[in-house]
Amino acid sequence: MIELSHIHRNFQVGDQTVHALDDVTLTIKSGDYVSIMGPSGSGKSTLLNLLGLLDQPSSGIYRLNGKDVTALSDIEQARVRNREIGFVFQMFHLVPRLSAAENVELPLILAGLPPEQRRPRVAEALEELHLTDRSHHKPDQLSGGQRQRVAIARATVTRPNVLLADEPTGNLDHTSGQDVVRILEDLNQRGLTLIMVTHDPEMGSRARRQLHMLDGRLDAELAGQAPDTPRHDTP
Amino acid sequence: MIPHSPDVARFSWGALRGYPARTLLMLTAMAIGVAAVVVLTSLGEGARRYVTGEFASLGTNLVIVLPGRSETAGLNPTTLMGETPRDLTLDDALALTRSYNVRRIAPINVGSADVSWQSRSRESVILGASHELLDIRHWKIAQGRFLPNTDLDRATPVAVIGSTIRNELFGAKPALGEWIRIGDRRFRVIGIMGSEGRSIGVDVQETVIIPVAAAQQLFNTTSLFRILVEARSRDAIQPVKRFVIQTLQERHQGIKDVTVVTQDAVLATFDRILGALTYAVGGIAAISLAVAGILIMNVMLVAVSQRTAEIGLLKALGASPRQIIVLILAEALLLSLLGALLGLLLGEAGSLVIRHAFPVLPAQAPIWAIVTALLVAIITGLLFSLLPARRAAQLDPVLALSRR
Ligand SMILES: Nc1ncnc2c1ncn2[C@@H]1O[C@H](COP(=O)(O)OP(=O)(O)OP(=O)(O)O)[C@@H](O)[C@H]1O
Ligand SMILES: [Mg+2]
Repeated sequence: MIELSHIHRNFQVGDQTVHALDDVTLTIKSGDYVSIMGPSGSGKSTLLNLLGLLDQPSSGIYRLNGKDVTALSDIEQARVRNREIGFVFQMFHLVPRLSAAENVELPLILAGLPPEQRRPRVAEALEELHLTDRSHHKPDQLSGGQRQRVAIARATVTRPNVLLADEPTGNLDHTSGQDVVRILEDLNQRGLTLIMVTHDPEMGSRARRQLHMLDGRLDAELAGQAPDTPRHDTP
Repeated sequence: MIPHSPDVARFSWGALRGYPARTLLMLTAMAIGVAAVVVLTSLGEGARRYVTGEFASLGTNLVIVLPGRSETAGLNPTTLMGETPRDLTLDDALALTRSYNVRRIAPINVGSADVSWQSRSRESVILGASHELLDIRHWKIAQGRFLPNTDLDRATPVAVIGSTIRNELFGAKPALGEWIRIGDRRFRVIGIMGSEGRSIGVDVQETVIIPVAAAQQLFNTTSLFRILVEARSRDAIQPVKRFVIQTLQERHQGIKDVTVVTQDAVLATFDRILGALTYAVGGIAAISLAVAGILIMNVMLVAVSQRTAEIGLLKALGASPRQIIVLILAEALLLSLLGALLGLLLGEAGSLVIRHAFPVLPAQAPIWAIVTALLVAIITGLLFSLLPARRAAQLDPVLALSRR
């Protein structure tokens, strides 16, 4: 359960204040599928970063599962990011010198998990994304779609509740983009809260909730036609 | 929540291998710093040991008497009256035996003359000495025996020759018992020096030793080059020195015209000077380590900005600022450790080369220098990485991730 109330995020550029988020109030239920659309510079990424605790609001309250997370210390925020939130980026952001498996392993290392507990979970995450035979490949030996699948495996290996994706298909061709979205939707089917920023109206319209942003404000919301009926029974 | 140390080590190792040019640069800087400390201190230590060894080979508890005052500072009666200093004589030497504190003495005369046997001839250093010299100098006889134990004024025509002289004059033929000619006199070879005999200024292998009285006749002089006086113990050195000065002053009409050198004073001075020298060069080399530390700081700063995206990603994946600091410091620690070990190897190889090139110089870095070099390397490596590590920990993840 994500609750934002009266969130503002201002940037000071010279003597000018940019209102990247302007009084955003929003509630997202667990297991929901939300797409965020809007013109460039409307504050989509800022909102997503805030939801992922990568950024702090200038004012307003952010509750995650009932807990005010903006009041947490650095270390506690890092812990929440590690345990409860997964990120998928437009640029993939894989560590180039690490293999696919090692990239997926990273969040588990940061969680302080011992190697014998990490290995099966990494293998499982790769298996789920059909990457088992690519696990020893370096990112530059993988296609864009495969890279994004590695990134998704990395985002989900800690079994988070929320998956934040900022234009996950932005650097992919149409087919691999479709693949990636299907994978994300599949994860959502299994209970993961999916929040995805996209420029593609066709993709955005697949979400159950479609948020539109303009100049840092939530402009309009549409209820999607929800291609599949989501199951809520699996946690 | 600190990750397991093997994981940290593996991650840092991967990061180092991921940027080989940077890693090599820093390793080299560190290694050169450490190697410089090791080599320079080993040179200093080698020089100190060389000098100490040379003094030890001169003999122990020695008081050396030289004619004339070498500390010519200021006025003294001899210079005032325009006299040349009085010579040291054999009687002076004999007078010095009359103290309980004196164990033995050896008057010495030095000159050079042609030495020949049959048709072969060469010029050689001739050392006039006495029976006692062998023990005072801790020399060894290889063949035959040393000068006989007779009165100092007996000019017995016998000679003990160095092995080089022996080889040059006799080749493979036996030398013992042969008569050789020194200047215009004939001497019988009674002994050949062992190879140990080496001391400052004298190579015994190139020397012919004859009784001091014979040398005085040969060079037509009554004076001595110096008198070696061996004190009974270390504590007796100062009493012997006073005794020598007093005795010779009385014998020379109250004029202090000799110089008395105690070897342990000279040795202590050399030891101090060379010890200080070792510290000094060690310190200078340590500065190069500090320079290496600054280089590490700069390169780590570059590394952090090079890897901004990676650090931002680690934060997004849930790395706390402390974890980031640990990762960066682990990298620096690994680098310093590897660099220091590499430097140690380089430095030890360097001193090995020096030992081979100059066998007389026992170049060996002292333990304190090695330990200090390693510690300084690791501490500078860590210290100078604190700033880059903190900078990395404070990176704004959003900006870090959005940068290309
Ligand atoms: N660090 C920053 N400093 C100053 N201004 C910023 C900063 N980050 C974002 N902004 C501004 O905030 C506004 C919203 O930016 P944001 O990145 O959220 O837009 P976006 O909707 O994601 O755009 P796009 O679709 O191009 O990715 C923009 O006007 C941007 O210039
Ligand atoms: Mg954006």
